Amino acid sequence: MEFAFTQEQRMIMDMAQDFLTEISPSDKIREAMATDRGYITELWQRVCEEMCWQAITIPEQYGGLGLGYVEQAIVMEQMGKQLFCSPFLATQALATNALLLCANEQQKQRWLTELAQGKITASLGWLSGSSLQNRHWGSQSVQASFTLCEGGAILNGEWQQVVDGHSCDLLIVAARSPANGHIKLFAVEPKACQIQRLPLPTLDQTRQLSRIIATQLFVPESGILGAQPDQRKELELILSLARIALAAEQTGGSASTLTSSVDYLKERVQFNRPLASFQALKHRAADMKLELESAISAVYYAACIADAWSQGAKSDSALHRAASMAKSVCSDTFTFCAQEALQLHGGVGFTWEYDVHLYLKRAQSSATLFGAANIHRARVADSLLGPIERQETSYETDLQP
Amino acid sequence: MKLTFSHEDELFRQEIAQWLSDNLIGEYEQLKFRGGPGDEHMFPNERKRWEQHLAAAGWLCIGWPREFGGRGLTINQQVIFHEEYARAGGPGLVGHIGIGLLGPTLLQFGSKEQQQRFLPGILKGTEYWCQGYSEPGAGSDLANVATKARLDETDNCWHIQGQKVWTSLAHEADWCFVLARTEQGSTGHHSLSFLLVPLDQPGVDIRPITQLTGTSEFNEVFFDDAVTDAANIVGKPGEGWRIAMALLGHERGVSTLGQQMQFSNELNEIIRIAISNGAASDPHIRDRIARAWEGLVVMRHHALRMLSNPNQSQQPPEALVYKLHWSSWHAELGKLAMDVLGPEGLELNAAPYQLSRLQSLYLFSRADTIYGGSNEIQRNIIAERALGMPKEPRTKSA
Ligand SMILES: Cc1cc2nc3c(=O)[nH]c(=O)nc-3n(C[C@H](O)[C@H](O)[C@H](O)COP(=O)(O)OP(=O)(O)OC[C@H]3O[C@@H](n4cnc5c(N)ncnc54)[C@H](O)[C@@H]3O)c2cc1C
Repeated sequence: MEFAFTQEQRMIMDMAQDFLTEISPSDKIREAMATDRGYITELWQRVCEEMCWQAITIPEQYGGLGLGYVEQAIVMEQMGKQLFCSPFLATQALATNALLLCANEQQKQRWLTELAQGKITASLGWLSGSSLQNRHWGSQSVQASFTLCEGGAILNGEWQQVVDGHSCDLLIVAARSPANGHIKLFAVEPKACQIQRLPLPTLDQTRQLSRIIATQLFVPESGILGAQPDQRKELELILSLARIALAAEQTGGSASTLTSSVDYLKERVQFNRPLASFQALKHRAADMKLELESAISAVYYAACIADAWSQGAKSDSALHRAASMAKSVCSDTFTFCAQEALQLHGGVGFTWEYDVHLYLKRAQSSATLFGAANIHRARVADSLLGPIERQETSYETDLQP
Repeated sequence: MKLTFSHEDELFRQEIAQWLSDNLIGEYEQLKFRGGPGDEHMFPNERKRWEQHLAAAGWLCIGWPREFGGRGLTINQQVIFHEEYARAGGPGLVGHIGIGLLGPTLLQFGSKEQQQRFLPGILKGTEYWCQGYSEPGAGSDLANVATKARLDETDNCWHIQGQKVWTSLAHEADWCFVLARTEQGSTGHHSLSFLLVPLDQPGVDIRPITQLTGTSEFNEVFFDDAVTDAANIVGKPGEGWRIAMALLGHERGVSTLGQQMQFSNELNEIIRIAISNGAASDPHIRDRIARAWEGLVVMRHHALRMLSNPNQSQQPPEALVYKLHWSSWHAELGKLAMDVLGPEGLELNAAPYQLSRLQSLYLFSRADTIYGGSNEIQRNIIAERALGMPKEPRTKSA
């Protein structure tokens, strides 16, 4: 056991930090926000060519780097710090894991190789249920349907909140069989088929979401991922892995809000003193620091569990619990830090010009994406206490006092 | 970065688990799960005997280097030891102040003679220590210590005059390390010295203070011309502050892993009760239990990060936030315990004031955010040392 970064991991971190500080300053973030894709293609190309992050967790046999989830978390954390707008989350954390867990050898050869080379971007859509189901961002949220047919399958449904769904080259969607409730994953190449993709205006403009609609869409056999008749279990695993990556990004975002707040307080003078010398404000910053360090411990714990899981040393349920833990801790941390940052900046924090609001909105979108903190703590509670027994209660609907 | 243990480490786990199950029996059976936070006043003599038993097998000062009589275990093995010790219900150690605080400080700053004189008593579990820092006028502002010590050339002894307060386990201890002022008229943290003082002497008066739990784990200690040999000063006169602070640094050492395992046992008990009394069906309680578990995992990995940090001379941020984290966590656990108990939590086991383990956890955990640097002081430290924010201007003393 060694709960510290190896030298190689430190190097990855330092390089990521330097590179991202260079390519993702505030004006580049704002430029990316204004594009249709939500990221600057040339910068993503530089990432693929110079850093190879798109290939981190892809095994070497497909041209990837064959690294683990700790390395992925390191890179995600640094991207979160700089609020880097990129298709990384959708491509690496969602779609790549979907292929790794579900695709057959031929499909892996084809798509993982292209992903590793940075030729294509990809994403995963699964949310297609009622708004109550969708809050869980889990397999129960899969309500789009598939029916197998001669030479392939027919998909019907509407996927919501698909990260980078309108711009990706390869779209993986989860659908359910109305016959037996089984879930399967399908890979479609949107540019070559009749799938409708609607970019959505988003609260957090640094991350693009879209709605995907399929009406009687035919997917050939080559696009039906893998042979498992029901991929509910695989989907849940993919989502847990993605939550750890997102949690790492949240950690980076939290770190930035703390740094910018402390810098601001040191500079800003009121009552003839730097604001940073007032204890009321120091203690708020100290609480942010505590939350941040907690988030870091939580994320790297979960990333280590993910690595151990991928080597067969940890069970699926250990992975799920660690992921839910990391996601809930980091969602709370980033939300708290971003809100504190705005307060500590005073009026300038409320302007469009300062970046504080970009982090606040990113915090809100990340906290909601892939399941909010309370949803994940409920899952942790289930693992500790067993599932909840729901009692039928009758309650008054009359709210008059 | 990885969390899995090597094969050798797993063999070591079997060894210690076996030893504990073979030895924590007979007269020691009653000590299982006792003597932890809030229960430190229980079975002191029986626990000391158990500590001597551990010591005889070399399981007391497991992290000390071998050349000083320790077991020289690696960090991983210490982690495993603490896990297994807690799993087996190993009792809280009366000697933790010597084992975890004074011993490591003597290893770092003590003279050869001091190491030879004092380390064996700690190693064997035959000499017990307490910490004489706080005074009525020196709490958070520890540098305001007023206890004086004067070196008398005629008898070659330090003569000590003053009062310490809140001194934990002084009534069980043989020795006290005392922070005292050795230069007349000095102020602040200059001219403080770190003295080792025997407690069994006419000049020392120990009076227990009753705590809100009705029991007393801490004391007032009065020094009225108490004496200690001139050689019993660690470092030079005037170096006391530096040494006192370094000692506090050991509070964040591996011994914290043992404490965490106690916490883990407490949380398990709360979970057991919540499931059996139905509190586990309340979504709000479930959320808090999940939070508590998450906090414990975070705490453990804070500790592992700080122990794995190659640069031990510079305190990493996870070390600076550690105290604030665990104290707040534990205080909330105490409250959670009461809320899980519900109405039953209001009844005591027996008169006059016999608390159950969880009731005393609730009450005693109120102290965690006060001693060892209160939460407010911890936040100052984090803001100033980890974030580089300026100190608050200090008013001149009147
Ligand atoms: C159970 C227990 C065991 C103990 N054991 C020992 C022991 O073995 N040996 C020993 O030497 N001491 C021991 N102590 C003493 C402990 O270290 C002190 O209580 C602690 O340092 C706080 O000092 P104080 O009680 O004088 O509180 P004060 O310093 O008077 O503080 C009162 C309140 O004011 C706050 N405060 C103080 N200064 C500031 C500031 N600058 N900014 C903001 N807020 C501030 C504090 O946080 C606290 O909330 C023990 C205490 C307890 C409760």
